Amino acid sequence: MSPDTGPSTATRPDTVGDAERPSGRPFDPASHNPLHRLTDAQIEELGERFQAIHDEVKADLGERDATYIRSLITFHRRLVALSRIVLMASRYPPAWALGTTGLSVAKILENMELGHNILHGQWDWMNDPNIHSSTWDWDTASTAASWKHSHNYVHHTFTNIVGKDKDVGYEIMRVDPKQPWEPRYLAQPVVNVLLMLLFEWGVALHDLDIEAIRKRRKDPKVLKRELKGIAGKAGRQILKDYIVFPALSGKHWKKTLVANATANVVRNVWSNMIIFCGHFPDQAYTFTEEEVEDETRGGWYVRQLIGAANIEGTPLFHVMSGNLGYQVEHHLFPDMPSSRYAEIAPKVKALCEEYGLPYNSGPFWQQWLMVQRTLLRLSFPGGRERPKPGPYVAPDEEPVAEPTVQGHAGPIPAFP
Amino acid sequence: MVETAATPRVPVLRRRLLQAARAMTTPLLPDDYLALLNPAWSTRELTGTVQRVVPETDEAATIVVQPNAPWPGHRPGQYLRIGAEIDGIRHWRAYSITSDPDHPEGLVSVTVKHVPEGRMSPWFTRRCDHGTQVLLGDVEGEFLLPDPLPERLLMITAGSGITPIFAMLRELQRRGGLGDVVHLHGTRTREGFIFGERLRALAREHDGYRLHEQVSSESGRLACTDLDDLVPDWRERATFLSGPREMIDAFEAHWQDHGDDPELLRTERFQPVIGTGADGAEGSGGTVRFLVTDVEATCAPGVSMLVGGEEAGATLPHGCRMGICHTCVGRLRAGRLRDLRSGEVHGEEGQTVRTCVNAPEGDVEIEL
Repeated sequence: MSPDTGPSTATRPDTVGDAERPSGRPFDPASHNPLHRLTDAQIEELGERFQAIHDEVKADLGERDATYIRSLITFHRRLVALSRIVLMASRYPPAWALGTTGLSVAKILENMELGHNILHGQWDWMNDPNIHSSTWDWDTASTAASWKHSHNYVHHTFTNIVGKDKDVGYEIMRVDPKQPWEPRYLAQPVVNVLLMLLFEWGVALHDLDIEAIRKRRKDPKVLKRELKGIAGKAGRQILKDYIVFPALSGKHWKKTLVANATANVVRNVWSNMIIFCGHFPDQAYTFTEEEVEDETRGGWYVRQLIGAANIEGTPLFHVMSGNLGYQVEHHLFPDMPSSRYAEIAPKVKALCEEYGLPYNSGPFWQQWLMVQRTLLRLSFPGGRERPKPGPYVAPDEEPVAEPTVQGHAGPIPAFP
Repeated sequence: MVETAATPRVPVLRRRLLQAARAMTTPLLPDDYLALLNPAWSTRELTGTVQRVVPETDEAATIVVQPNAPWPGHRPGQYLRIGAEIDGIRHWRAYSITSDPDHPEGLVSVTVKHVPEGRMSPWFTRRCDHGTQVLLGDVEGEFLLPDPLPERLLMITAGSGITPIFAMLRELQRRGGLGDVVHLHGTRTREGFIFGERLRALAREHDGYRLHEQVSSESGRLACTDLDDLVPDWRERATFLSGPREMIDAFEAHWQDHGDDPELLRTERFQPVIGTGADGAEGSGGTVRFLVTDVEATCAPGVSMLVGGEEAGATLPHGCRMGICHTCVGRLRAGRLRDLRSGEVHGEEGQTVRTCVNAPEGDVEIEL
């Protein structure tokens, strides 16, 4: 009776490449796209080696990981409870500032390191129904069920395939020159700011698959059910943040209402910034549907690797961004506990170096400003693919200075 | 979904208050915040604390548990799903309940035989101790004494198959039902007979309870052909059979071929036969649409949604595949189902159903 529950949504095609069959992928050793510089055999090899990294971590998961996620869940709940209590006194500016900060941090943690990752099934292996992708719900406007479909399935399976991955521009923006220009993109600079402020609502509507609705391809029964789900979720969120807790602050309800709204906006802006740095910086590659025809598991791994970009930062930064600073590792292994990404990053880099592949990464502000530049440029017609970095090369190890002692004729080694 | 513990019973007033407080805690439950103050205040799941571990033989031990909420009750012969977290992972097993239904302190116990290559039984018999937290699932099982009690009974057990029968014998003793009970028990050694001492004492005290111990290391295993010598009137007795699978298969065949009324034989095999249900009707079969996985499967009559879905290429959660563990459940969105164990046709929108023991009866939509 030992349950063998796989990831709740399959994100990786199970077809293993048939070496005899020529794939639709154009092989070209001189191509600027690293995917096309690899031979079929190399791609299959890479697939096996990435899979080995995944399997090694999976076999090692245990007590340490369970303790990590439980501690973080407990910390989040304590922070929420304390912040809400402090905000009862929101009429005093220090209490307002403290409570709003606490609530903002709590909402960010809950959405990024907890919600996003638990809904990916990263913690399903614990077999704990209270920390499981099938039962978890998060403190944001979108419902868990529709998010799992639009994000876990559509985005993580068809990552960066222009025309199939609806996260390329979220159907309202032009983030890649392969997307044909339309006059509506002239409003992109304004849409960008609005989306940043109202991100959770944008995500909730995005899950509905706007394009399918516009083209009347969506089953009206399904649409009705999803709309009902969103309305229910939105209603509960609004009731909590904008009615119940302000009411509990009595006469000064307005201050608490503004505090809660601020926490939601802070979370919206932060998650928007982190998420836009995942696939839209200059380094990340996008793909056409033809390029990925007959893609094998190895090809899937390579596409995930070069289609995402990391953000460099401190351990605290990584927790606050749900470890999406390890976007590359996350896209390779969406169901691996996020706390393990930092540990496997050196192995991923080593594979990049061995196979002459890029390891996309950069500091936060650099990545974010690149994205903003692209968004501005592509609101106008035209635009070209930005220059890409070359294959990853490990930095030379810093020469370790030997301890020396100053003698009268210059330094002499301390341990001759 | 994943295997869950039972839901504790919560008094109406408290339940209403918790329901109202959800407006403040959504998407979490008020219980999640109460648990920060005291984990026992959470009514999300029925948990229990191990009071003691009583060795029964070298290889078996009784685990005595104090449930953290009032015990919902059980009937002798039923089993309990019991779960524990081992190295960060929750595991579940089903064991027969060996405690009396109305224990004065509200305790409940299961008796576990150590299986060296197993994961859960060594943990129960060797690692868990006073104070260990366990999860308590639902009480299940149809292996029960009939009401009214039969006048003549025959119990046939072997090895750890004794546990549900032990619970029944205690019940018979309480209700004065030990007037004419023959008990044949197969054991490898005399010392390895779980509850042996207590049952021998019971036999000394009650003339109507006759215990025959078949020690296989001395005189071979209990065989169907021994029945005529040991219990000449076996054909007329209401019989309860519990033991290893081969033994059950052999005795069931014997009852079919040589018995008068196969209905008189009841068995506990922990592996419910999944087939066409009690009424023998296979149903119509149908199609299942898995909404999350985005797969549509066609199931022939008598084929479960799980098997049909897997054949259509879906990766679906599953555990025991026999209706015990609830790992495979999904929310029913539309359509009617046939329970492959009972034949019953059921299904309401929003209900969570087990895909491993239910087949579609027409077109079905399920959230999985």
